[in-house]
Amino acid sequence: MKLQTHAWPATYERDGEAQPRMGFFTDTSLCIGCKACEVACKEWNRVPDSPKGFTGKSYDNTVDLGANTWRHVAFVEQHKALGVAEAESLVQSASLEQLIDSTGLGTYQDGDGMRWLMASDVCKHCTDAACLEVCPTGALFRTEFGTVVVQEDICNGCGYCVPACPFGVLDKREEDGRVWKCTLCYDRLKDDREPACAQACPTKSIQFGELGDLRDRAEERLAALSDAGAENAQLYLHGDQDGIGGAGAFFLLLDEPEVYGLPPDPVDTTRDLGSTWGAVGVAMAGLGAAIAAAVIGGRR
Amino acid sequence: MAEQHPVGFQWVVEAKERGATVIHVDPRYTRTSAAADVHVPLRGGTDIAFLGGVINYILENGRHFTDYVRHYTNARVIIKPEFQDVAELDGVFSGWDREEGVYEVSSWGYAGTSGELAAGKSKQTGDVSGDIAHGAHGMKLEHGEPPEEDWDLEHPNCVFQILKRHFAPYTPEVVEQVCGVPREKLIQVAETLCRNSGRERTSAVCYAVGWTQHTHGVQNIRAASIIQLLLGNIGRPGGGIMALRGHANIQGSTDIPTLYDILPGYIPMPHPDSGDSFDEFVELNGPDTGAWGSLKSYATSLLKAWWGEAANPETDMGFDYLPRIDGDHSHYPMMLRMIDGETKGFIVIGQNPVVGSANSGLQRKALANLDWLVVRDTNEIETAAFWYDSPEIESGQTRPEEIGTEVFFLPAAAHTEKDGTFTNTQRLLQWHFKAVEPPEDCRSDLWFTHKLGQRVRAKLSSSQDPKDRPLLDLTWDYPTQGPQDEPDAEAIMQEISGRHADGSFVSKYQELKDDGSTTCGSWIHAGIYAEGINQSARKKPGGEQSWIAPEWGWAWPGNRHILYNRASADPEGRPWSERKRYVWWDEQEEEWTSLGDEPDFEPEKAPGYEPPEGVKGMDAIKGTSPFILHPDGLGWLYAPQGLADGPLPSHYEPHESPFPNLFYGERSNPTRQTYEREGNDYNPSAGEEGAGVFPFVLATYRLTEHHTAGGMSRSVPFLAELQPEMFCEVGSELAAERGLEHGGWATIATTRAVIEARVLVTDRIRPLRVGDPPRVMHQVGIPYHWGRKGLVTGDAGNELLPIVLDRNVHISEYKAATCDIQPGRRPRGPGLQALLDDYRRRAGVRR
Repeated sequence: MKLQTHAWPATYERDGEAQPRMGFFTDTSLCIGCKACEVACKEWNRVPDSPKGFTGKSYDNTVDLGANTWRHVAFVEQHKALGVAEAESLVQSASLEQLIDSTGLGTYQDGDGMRWLMASDVCKHCTDAACLEVCPTGALFRTEFGTVVVQEDICNGCGYCVPACPFGVLDKREEDGRVWKCTLCYDRLKDDREPACAQACPTKSIQFGELGDLRDRAEERLAALSDAGAENAQLYLHGDQDGIGGAGAFFLLLDEPEVYGLPPDPVDTTRDLGSTWGAVGVAMAGLGAAIAAAVIGGRR
Repeated sequence: MAEQHPVGFQWVVEAKERGATVIHVDPRYTRTSAAADVHVPLRGGTDIAFLGGVINYILENGRHFTDYVRHYTNARVIIKPEFQDVAELDGVFSGWDREEGVYEVSSWGYAGTSGELAAGKSKQTGDVSGDIAHGAHGMKLEHGEPPEEDWDLEHPNCVFQILKRHFAPYTPEVVEQVCGVPREKLIQVAETLCRNSGRERTSAVCYAVGWTQHTHGVQNIRAASIIQLLLGNIGRPGGGIMALRGHANIQGSTDIPTLYDILPGYIPMPHPDSGDSFDEFVELNGPDTGAWGSLKSYATSLLKAWWGEAANPETDMGFDYLPRIDGDHSHYPMMLRMIDGETKGFIVIGQNPVVGSANSGLQRKALANLDWLVVRDTNEIETAAFWYDSPEIESGQTRPEEIGTEVFFLPAAAHTEKDGTFTNTQRLLQWHFKAVEPPEDCRSDLWFTHKLGQRVRAKLSSSQDPKDRPLLDLTWDYPTQGPQDEPDAEAIMQEISGRHADGSFVSKYQELKDDGSTTCGSWIHAGIYAEGINQSARKKPGGEQSWIAPEWGWAWPGNRHILYNRASADPEGRPWSERKRYVWWDEQEEEWTSLGDEPDFEPEKAPGYEPPEGVKGMDAIKGTSPFILHPDGLGWLYAPQGLADGPLPSHYEPHESPFPNLFYGERSNPTRQTYEREGNDYNPSAGEEGAGVFPFVLATYRLTEHHTAGGMSRSVPFLAELQPEMFCEVGSELAAERGLEHGGWATIATTRAVIEARVLVTDRIRPLRVGDPPRVMHQVGIPYHWGRKGLVTGDAGNELLPIVLDRNVHISEYKAATCDIQPGRRPRGPGLQALLDDYRRRAGVRR
């Protein structure tokens, strides 16, 4: 599976600075929704608070990723059968063998399945990162770890990257006009430390490491969950066949991406720029020929 | 557990990954439920009925661990013939004195014993520790032997048969009616526990303060203990009952107590009636046999640590210097005494009672009647600001000018700004180092206490009054360090750990002497500074040692990680199974050995040891009796002494309940402490006039994002924004019934208060079918974190609650009151009181 982008790590190899590509594997099946990642991120990176008030969206009051929210935990309340592990569990076998006559009272809980999905979202650090492609100042760059970082002292706030991001991650901070997002704790990585969110995560839902290793680990984990009966469990942005060439931060989800508010089929918004320019060129050439013909014809 | 202890919950997640089945029993569907295999919602306040159903399942189907139960528990002990159970007396045990509201407990005792309590008393008032401690630490038994036993467990009055009869009514059908738990679900849980227990497997029970905050809280935990003892899950790896505390160091503040009725290491506080002399105190408060048989050594070493040379025969080893406790001085009675004008001053450290305690309005009323109040906290919390910012001031009921209390707010250092320890649920002490100096005037609690002691002593230095001697004679000579003259926390830990006469460090509690030649500030912590090393500061990573991790921190006592771990071996001293090998008897070496833990037993006591006539202390504990803190060395399925409300857990309805007791006539725990007084009226319960005014069950609780009463989290922007407003959680059926709009506002009322909250309609709160005949019942969930200070504010949920206490531990019933809920915001100004008055009138509460 390909790890490199069209320029990385080649640009760093000249000076021997290239590092293995680092990333996040966020295994949402282990997330307990404690939000320690959100808090640790803000503490370490000095991200301002962004109070949105009571939203009523389950326990989610940060709502979305943005300039002031670089990790965001989504909470999805679902009313459906658990599925995972239950079929194989002791409880299930006990109930099958030991059920007494259930005549009499009916209860609301009978056959009532409730599921509460929690997932910590973050910048995907795309292999084909549109934000980086459209940035005119070079503020956005690919680090030696293969991550995508905005340099706060270069960003001029033009905002081209904001609509370019297929996930809506890039966002302008109102107070200073610049764009801010997850750096995958670039400063900590340079210091050989794991990102703050991964370190704070108590249940290893956020795993940090070399992307190649994480991808292998994720495949094993998915296989185990699928064997245990998790029907909709799936890896998201794990491969390199998707519209962004794979991500540096990918996920194991227990349901479809849309359920978590994630785009099911994200596309690098600059992917078609080349062919678009080609088409424009053809059109321009055609137009030029027509004009020339008109002018020449007019002289006749 | 995921909701309040996300860091600790990592081990549950890991266990689940390794194949453990996780069952969560809770009225609400929480973050824990989301991670569990099974969630069992039940009606708040019916835990004993549910657990009783499990016990009945075990006993009815013979699923108990027979060898464990017979040898290690008091199942075989025969109880006095005069003992009568609740079934015979319509809901009370024998000895109930309705006039005085207390039990006369002598009929509960082991056959052939006197059944007397401390100071020759026989009534378990529960007000004073001596009464409880004597029972809890055990009765006097000749050479540790219960006088009458039936090893076949068949005698009609042996504990095993009493237990069987007691729990026989807890059938799946009745449990379903009482708890709203489908009978199949009860059986699933019971069967799962049974299958996962025995020689090869063990199950653990984790509970949090939700179990304690009832008028029968202690008995909730007793019921879990009975399950664990019947299934052989105590003293074995993977077993146990884990008490998850309200914050990082509640265990520590119980061990070296901030409680009024015990001294460090659970030594009872002396009572004026419990003996005039130290010897008499020891005689009355400790049994002769088991580890408590050395109470005199523990207490002498404590008195020597506190008073040094002044602890001498002239002061009865310092015993004359100890204060005497003459009544219930727990939190709520203390606050009520302020209202009555009996308590004039109050120092509040790390607590926010006007948000965290039940009946906030009454808490404020108490503060307003003080002469002075000192609040030490990291922020100006509601308790410090009550005199100018409160619901009563907002509504115009009172004005700051009318409050005479002089309030001192002293800024406190945060935990990162001081050295010290946290003690976790496994009694593991972990040292934390100061990372930064506290800013400006902020000081640690240690600094404050030390300086306060110094100043008081300086003021009294010329006093000749004998009552000042205890203060002046204290060993108060701690070295200080750093820019703020901070007392050295390690020096205090050294005092706690203890020293021999030559100044060398004590290495274990067994070295403590009753002749005054040792000092020890807390016997259970003896050896935490063994060999001059701060054992709690050891941080060897888990990957570099065995899974028991004996070199990470230090667990009291004696770094024993699993208590009563002698029970992990069979009576002959062999592991119950290879899979669960932990502590066993090494035949060659003739000593107990283990995988890496310290055996919680005398190291060279052979499994076959039988105590000879007349021996005392640990010598009276048989080689097959693991529960060394009990005078008989047995696990108590049945508690003959020590509890104010009965030897066995028995279902009682919460004090406020929309349902009658389906088991017997006595509706609620007869020993519960009630306070019928202005401002603390109770909602009518089932069968009483006006009960329909408050038809819903109410619980207040916490969320991951905030810390208890909010003092440490509402002021932190990154936490405040995560749960930014007071809200309530209701099911969609109740929302439809009352017209509550998701995201809108609701007004919630009891006879104490009316508050408002944003509405979160969620399927995580479900109606239950309860009662006989069954009817639909709704529960209202109220996170209680908010108040009027901090970055995010809101009405305090605990305004709604009544003060009504468990007699054993004086904890209020936060988890099962009743309420009404209506759409819309509450009135402002005088309208608020008018609405409350209207509720009270309709409920028939007249005062």
